[in-house]
Amino acid sequence: MDGAKIISFIKSYLPEFQPFAVTQAYVDELYIKVSLESFKEVALALHRILPSPVMMLFASDERAVSGVFEVRAVFISPKERQWVVLVVDIPQENPHFNSLAKDIYSAALFEREIWEMFGIKPEGHPDLRRLNLHDEVWPQGNFPLRKDFTQVSGEALGEYRFNRVEGEGVFEIPVGPVHAGIIGPGHFRFSVAGEPIVNLELRLGFTHRGVEKLFEGRSCLEALPLAECVSGDAVFAHSLAFSLAAEKISGITAGKKLRLLRAILLELERLYNHVNDISGIALDVGFSFPSAYAALIKESILQLNAKLTGSRYLKKVNTLGGLGVDIDESQKAVLLNSLKKIRKDFLELKKMLEASVSFMDRVDTCGRLMFKTARDLGVVGFAARASGIPTDLRKYFPGVYAEVNFKMMIEEGGDALARLNLRFTEFMESCRLIEELAGKLASGPLSSSGTHAHLCALGYAESARGPVLYWLKTNPSGIIERCKIVDPSAHNWQALAYAVLGNIIPDFPLCNKSFNLSYSGNDL
Amino acid sequence: MIRILKNRVLKGIVTKHIALDLSKGVESAGKELKVLIRKQFGRSLNLREVDTGSCGGCESEIISANNPFYDLQRFGVNFVASPRHADALLVTGPVSTNMRLALEKTYAAMPEPKFVITVGDCALDGGVFKGSYYIKGPVKDILPVALHIPGCPPEPQEIIQALLVFLRNKEK
Repeated sequence: MDGAKIISFIKSYLPEFQPFAVTQAYVDELYIKVSLESFKEVALALHRILPSPVMMLFASDERAVSGVFEVRAVFISPKERQWVVLVVDIPQENPHFNSLAKDIYSAALFEREIWEMFGIKPEGHPDLRRLNLHDEVWPQGNFPLRKDFTQVSGEALGEYRFNRVEGEGVFEIPVGPVHAGIIGPGHFRFSVAGEPIVNLELRLGFTHRGVEKLFEGRSCLEALPLAECVSGDAVFAHSLAFSLAAEKISGITAGKKLRLLRAILLELERLYNHVNDISGIALDVGFSFPSAYAALIKESILQLNAKLTGSRYLKKVNTLGGLGVDIDESQKAVLLNSLKKIRKDFLELKKMLEASVSFMDRVDTCGRLMFKTARDLGVVGFAARASGIPTDLRKYFPGVYAEVNFKMMIEEGGDALARLNLRFTEFMESCRLIEELAGKLASGPLSSSGTHAHLCALGYAESARGPVLYWLKTNPSGIIERCKIVDPSAHNWQALAYAVLGNIIPDFPLCNKSFNLSYSGNDL
Repeated sequence: MIRILKNRVLKGIVTKHIALDLSKGVESAGKELKVLIRKQFGRSLNLREVDTGSCGGCESEIISANNPFYDLQRFGVNFVASPRHADALLVTGPVSTNMRLALEKTYAAMPEPKFVITVGDCALDGGVFKGSYYIKGPVKDILPVALHIPGCPPEPQEIIQALLVFLRNKEK
């Protein structure tokens, strides 16, 4: 827990490092303010020495207060258990900064987002096509996240240019945005030579709803329902990450009981997501009985959620500094009993899948994401762990997980089989965690209030897909001025485009399902 | 294979008997739904789902309505892959600006007669996303909506019951 150590690290790497200011805003958040000129080299230094992908990179419009835009790059230091936030002021005249995209892959999409939303130019970025504001429907020059944006104007519409693969026998297959199943919208442009896929370009943003702008101008309590509608299958993780940020700002400290209850609910959410994904994987290879069997297990978890909290998807359960529900002794018994049945069914499911040679053959080596590719792309969370990268916020910032001896699960293969196996092991580990966490429940205060000194904070939670991050800034009366959301899907969609290379198109649904990324969490 | 058969037998029939609490009291909604669909659509009612920017919660519950517990299909309601095969369009989400054209094209691709069902609060009036710069909804401003199923998200049972009540009223 030492920010000073990180500063001395940077100094040993960059002898001329002269930050404007260093603030340890919270025990786990270190803010370093640097000049516009040194932003890139400090960011690259942090990327290498921590080492960390760019976990968040976003702008905020402070022109009304200080006449500048601010850009923040967030890195994670697992060793020091710190979030390192690099802050830089961008003058409002001809706003620009030096792009990191050519050196850090994980910065590329964030910079495109800053360009389209704020009109701040990442100088030297190789690809500034817009992501969420589609050229066909949104005129150039409208930057919706600027504070002075009121309504869209102009008529300069354009067309999105896909990367083209040319050559004899290469053809393109466009898919989407409306897909065959009951699923979110996205466009996939495959380039195929013979059978294997030689290039896949993802065009997402179809579910863009302007969520971040909607947060602005609301109090944290009013904004909570919005956080629950960012990604419908990670409701609790989003709600938790948002409220942790809001609690930091308002000086609320969660008591042990609250932290235990929240961890239990977070794990329940992981359970139904993992079994849902296994159901999808079985379905996409046409193995219908286990798929239906897994869907039943998901249903029983959703019904357990409803019994415990009144909501199948844990909506309207979490509040600021509290929880709308309590798990008393009788409910604890319900939880543990149901869990026993769920676990038994789950083991049967696993045996059924593993007993089918053709199923196992299909998932084995399908959609392989190599360790090096995953690391270079800055893949996070579940997908990273399936490619052998040890990363889990429950490990880095354990809290109550330290008391139940949390074990981080890892698979080396990086293929659909590895992601399937990781779901098996994480499901069992989550069952164990819930049992042990429930055993530690004891009455006590849910939270205590304290002083607050800062108007911005980072909240985070490890969802089934990976880290959900909320960076929140309020004014002194508690009204939100900026909320930046990063769902793990935003990091991991690009990984899919690399994992499918060399696979055949009929295996794409399987590859896709083995990642099961969120459209709405990515598009915001 | 043995294991699949074993689990098939051990699980038995899990499908829930869906009863509808109307003025007449509890009655089997499913059977009636099936009769109504037979009468009005021939053999089955085919739905095509389009997400126009929902959070994915409604999709998850629509998928749940097809799981063995609710088994919507036994009443003759199928989800089809192409709008060309569909009798009705099931729309979720507040209609993102990016999805407006795709929504209109999907509707245009459906054969007559056709109707639109909206699912979830944000499809009705934008829900929590109301007032955003990137919302072109609600759906009813773009397409004629025959039925709305409220909820955030509506539970599978609510989806099934809403369909039944709708078809019943349609008959009158």
